[in-house]
Amino acid sequence: MTRYIVRRVLWLIPVLVFVSLITFTLMHITPGGPWDRDKAVSPQAIANLNVKYNLDKPAWQQYLLYMSNALRGDLGPSYTYQDRSVTQIILGGLPNTTSLGFFAALVAICVGVPLGVIAATRQNSAVDYTALAFGTVFASVPSFVLGFVMIIIFALTLHLVPTSGWGKPEQYVLPVLTLGLNQAALLTRITRASVLDVNRQDFMRTARAKGLHEFLLVRRHLLKNALIPVVTVIGPILAFLLVGSLIVESIFSIPGIGRLLVQGISQRDYSLIMGTTLLYAFVIAVLNLIVDVLYGLIDPRITYR
Amino acid sequence: MATTVSDSNVLSVPASPAQPTFEKKVKATGEAAIVWDRFRRHHFAMIGLGTLLFVVLVSTFAPLAPWSPNAIDRSLTDQQVMAHGFAPPSAAHWFGTDELNRDLFSRLLWAGRISLAVGFLTVGIGATIGIFVGALAGFYGGWLDTVLMRGADLFLSFPFLPTLILISAMLHQYKFSADVTVVQVTTIVGVLALLGWMDTARLVRGQFLTLLNRDFVIAARALGADGRRIMLVHLIPNSMAPIIVAASLNVGGFIIAESAISFLGVGVSPPTASWGSMLADFQSYLRYSAIAVLLPGGAIFITVMAINFVGDGLRDALDPWLRNR
Repeated sequence: MTRYIVRRVLWLIPVLVFVSLITFTLMHITPGGPWDRDKAVSPQAIANLNVKYNLDKPAWQQYLLYMSNALRGDLGPSYTYQDRSVTQIILGGLPNTTSLGFFAALVAICVGVPLGVIAATRQNSAVDYTALAFGTVFASVPSFVLGFVMIIIFALTLHLVPTSGWGKPEQYVLPVLTLGLNQAALLTRITRASVLDVNRQDFMRTARAKGLHEFLLVRRHLLKNALIPVVTVIGPILAFLLVGSLIVESIFSIPGIGRLLVQGISQRDYSLIMGTTLLYAFVIAVLNLIVDVLYGLIDPRITYR
Repeated sequence: MATTVSDSNVLSVPASPAQPTFEKKVKATGEAAIVWDRFRRHHFAMIGLGTLLFVVLVSTFAPLAPWSPNAIDRSLTDQQVMAHGFAPPSAAHWFGTDELNRDLFSRLLWAGRISLAVGFLTVGIGATIGIFVGALAGFYGGWLDTVLMRGADLFLSFPFLPTLILISAMLHQYKFSADVTVVQVTTIVGVLALLGWMDTARLVRGQFLTLLNRDFVIAARALGADGRRIMLVHLIPNSMAPIIVAASLNVGGFIIAESAISFLGVGVSPPTASWGSMLADFQSYLRYSAIAVLLPGGAIFITVMAINFVGDGLRDALDPWLRNR
């Protein structure tokens, strides 16, 4: 098991190198540069800026310079916000995105999993059909559509919550729900399918035949086995929450990493783009690793070579 | 999907004139017919299929729409409408107009063309690449397998949406001489297929690994079939079931992805209509016309939901072949 973990951690390095290389190449081969703004900048100023930010050096040298700095934690200066470094900007936006993702994950898990379990244990009942309807409907609605519908209904018509911003509790409601309900629907479907699967198995029949109380049955036997596929899917779900915040942050004007990335792309702020993309790739890779390791720990039947 | 049912179509057992005859028509004669029969029993899947066909039909006949999608209607004289658009639905404009007084109904139809084209084309191309890579990896194994699968892992390590946005934004900078919409749709399809072929490849590889131990493959080898023949005639057709299910469910995902990048401004650019870009345009006009925002959003929702229903129905219809592994 330890060998597996070590191997996976070591695999992170080529992955990050690959991602950074591709991102770097993409940014530098397309026309237009970071100094293309509405205001025309004099060629002399551009030349000076390029020298200052090492943009006049050949591409591979720039790449090596960037990576060596990045390994020390310095992701370079931002081209748009010239008084701050990328690291500072990212650290500024990170708490917002993390809290958004955390609460959305909470919503997704606390709504999705119990709903799935209840729906499966009471198959073909009203609860089951509601859960299935919820699962299908909310899985088909993209987050931006759902966001707008919720803004229209809850903010503009009913005036229950504000439409944008971040910081006050009531501003959390809509973005968290928008991001979380989608994943909750997915979790409902997967949990329900998994519970149905486990329910049919022989050991459950035995436990029931022995006369075990239904509730104890669920807790002691059903959940532990049925939740295994759910755990494996939580990794991609968490990754999606991190990435899906891109759109939700744009709609609700939340100052998080997603919005930073989108802005950085439109303003061609190279270091910001590189920094955030690397961060995404790193976090997703680590999340997948944690989930895989957890999977191996939870299910004694799994052995890693 | 190896065997075919080749027996008689009609089972009728008339014993003697005194006894009642039991006639049971068994209509299905081939696997496709069996799958269709199973699919037909799913009410939701049939509703989804009907809806999807309706959307496809309506989008195909978009050129017959009453208005051209980019035509600004200057004949509207109401003060409000001239100031900020969004004329209410009327006889001339069935769904009303957008902020520039272009007919919403026509724009929705034309936007549907783009979304559907992106969805189906991406799945087609992505699945083809995936089948190709997965087949090679699964059949030949060894170092080819390792190389291809590690390559797929590398592709998978890119966070989907940020990379999609990045590449689309980069490609947006280029000016092309040909028709902009066609070029943009092509690039979107290309990028999505490039980021989406891995799942199919994994599926195909897994199927191949299971199938290689089956008797009919061993028999084919013993009879001297070469690799290409085994793959094309035996292995790939028998792997199609999970691929079809995964592909049908992915269409919805790609339609959403195209809407997402158009929403963020790096997909199809104005004045071309796309459900996502329409949503982005209407974002600032939420207070004027809630209906306008709900229309493209509703269109996306209905289309994707129909596709999901069809995908679920297909999964249940193809279940015997999926479980046979």
